[in-house]
Parts: sequence; structure tokens; C-alpha cells
Amino acid sequence: MTAELAVGEVVAEAVFALSRDSLVRYAGASGDFNPIHYRDDIAISVGLPGVLAHGMLTMGLAVQPVVDWIGDPGKVVDYQVRFTRPVLVPADGSVDVRVVAKVGQLDSEADVARIDLTVTISDPVTGAATTVLGKAQARVSLA
Amino acid sequence: MSVNPDLQGRVFPPVAPYLVGREKVREFARAVFATSPLHSDPTAARAAGYADVVAPTTFPVVIQEHTLQQLLAEPGSGIDFARVVHGDQRFTYTRPIVAGDELTAILTVASVKTLGGHSMVTAESAMVDSAGEHVVTAISTLVVRGDE
Repeated sequence: MTAELAVGEVVAEAVFALSRDSLVRYAGASGDFNPIHYRDDIAISVGLPGVLAHGMLTMGLAVQPVVDWIGDPGKVVDYQVRFTRPVLVPADGSVDVRVVAKVGQLDSEADVARIDLTVTISDPVTGAATTVLGKAQARVSLA
Repeated sequence: MSVNPDLQGRVFPPVAPYLVGREKVREFARAVFATSPLHSDPTAARAAGYADVVAPTTFPVVIQEHTLQQLLAEPGSGIDFARVVHGDQRFTYTRPIVAGDELTAILTVASVKTLGGHSMVTAESAMVDSAGEHVVTAISTLVVRGDE
């Protein structure tokens, strides 16, 4: 299947709206109840600008466009990210996390594609995009 | 206090086996916006060749958390939880996790490095099934901020 793909080709794109509800839901599902992910007063007391999304929530959703593209979550054999910038989540409304998934490398022998993810949020005022994950790569089996 | 360099290479005792439940997989999938029917519908999962619903890619973090608690609870580790920032995360699979798997995780501290006052601890949690076969390894790099 690698022959049907080209390095640099965008295979999937998606936008996820993260709200405080999303954070509480993730806290419950994952067991990560660090209060910096739901309490403004505690987030501010430890020097943060406000409540942040769990890094693992951002990582978890960022791979979903790849899963939907390949059609089988079991095909993702390796997934890594670097947490570079926090995702601030307002008390009301939401923040949009945008994911663009592009073919980074093709290994035709192993029939594996490395899909590189660009994960950004937009500044609510200026609209400027900020990258929140670095070196976000999913290795997908095409066999 | 900085992170104790003697932690490098340390292998912790296995944590109690974790039984992957179908409802937990569904709950986690909803939380990470995962909409593939293979996470929620056992019939669809079986049609795709799996024994039961498939866990989302980052699901092993739930089990890894139990192993990291061992590290944070270790007396003399020098790791102050309030100063820990998650730097990197990786999951390397031998096979997907499905509901019904009973996974046992073993934590190894792969490396401890000090960089400009900060310490970087790389923790690898290898998870095996009830037959002892490797399923996935979750690798975290934790950055422990030095004293300001």
C-alpha cells in the first residue's frame, strides 16, 4: 500500500473543540485528577496562566484522524509526541485543537508509514497558530 | 534536591495485573474523541479480527500511571511531584490491546540525565499479557525542574 502514498501527502485533518467538560471527562476516564486540569485557583497558585488540558488528552485526540484514515486503531504500532506548549482551556467556551496528518516517511519493506502530525491551537484574539506538540509521529502498519 | 542518579537502570516489581474492561475502553475512547466502532462495538471488532473491542492508542497511560506512582513514592528518588513536567511520551506496540486482556506492567528507569539544573527521567513501562507475551511499552520522559 506504500506505493499509493507519497511523502508530504496530507492524509487527514480534523479540529477538536476542547472545553472544561472535555477535561473533566478525560480526568475521569484516565484517572489523572491533577487539579490544574479543572481548578483555576490551583492552576494560578502554581504559576500557570490558567487551567490546562492534560497533555495526554491532546496526545490521545491528535492520533484520531490517523485512526479514522486507516480505519483500524490496531494498525497504529507506535506513537510518540513531545509536549512543547500548554493548551489553555477557558472556563466557558472552548479552544480548537487543529490536527494535520501528513506522510513523513514510507518503509515499503516493512509496509509501514510514518505519519507526522502538526497539532496547533489558535490565539482567540489574534488568530495566530501555536504548535502544541513537537515530533508527533504515528507509525501505521499498511499490511 | 536533584533526582538521584542511582535510579538509572532500576527495575521495579510488577504492579498488580490490570484487567482491560470493555466499558473502560468505551469510556476512554469517548474521552479522547475516538469514534472508530472498533472501540465500542464488539461485533465490529470481531469482524475486523479482534477478540473484543480495541483500546485507543494512548490507553496504556492508565496502566502506566500505576507504575509511575511507584517511582514517585520511592523514598530518596529526589523526585518532587510538584516540579514534574511531562516532556515526551511514546507507545510502542507488539499487538493491540483488546478488552479482556490482563496486563502486567514492569517499570524500568531507562535513564536519569541532568541538564542545566533540570533532571530528565525516562521511565519505560513494559506491559505483558497473561501468557507473558509483550503487548506494549509506554515510555515517558519526565522533566523535574531544579530549585529556582
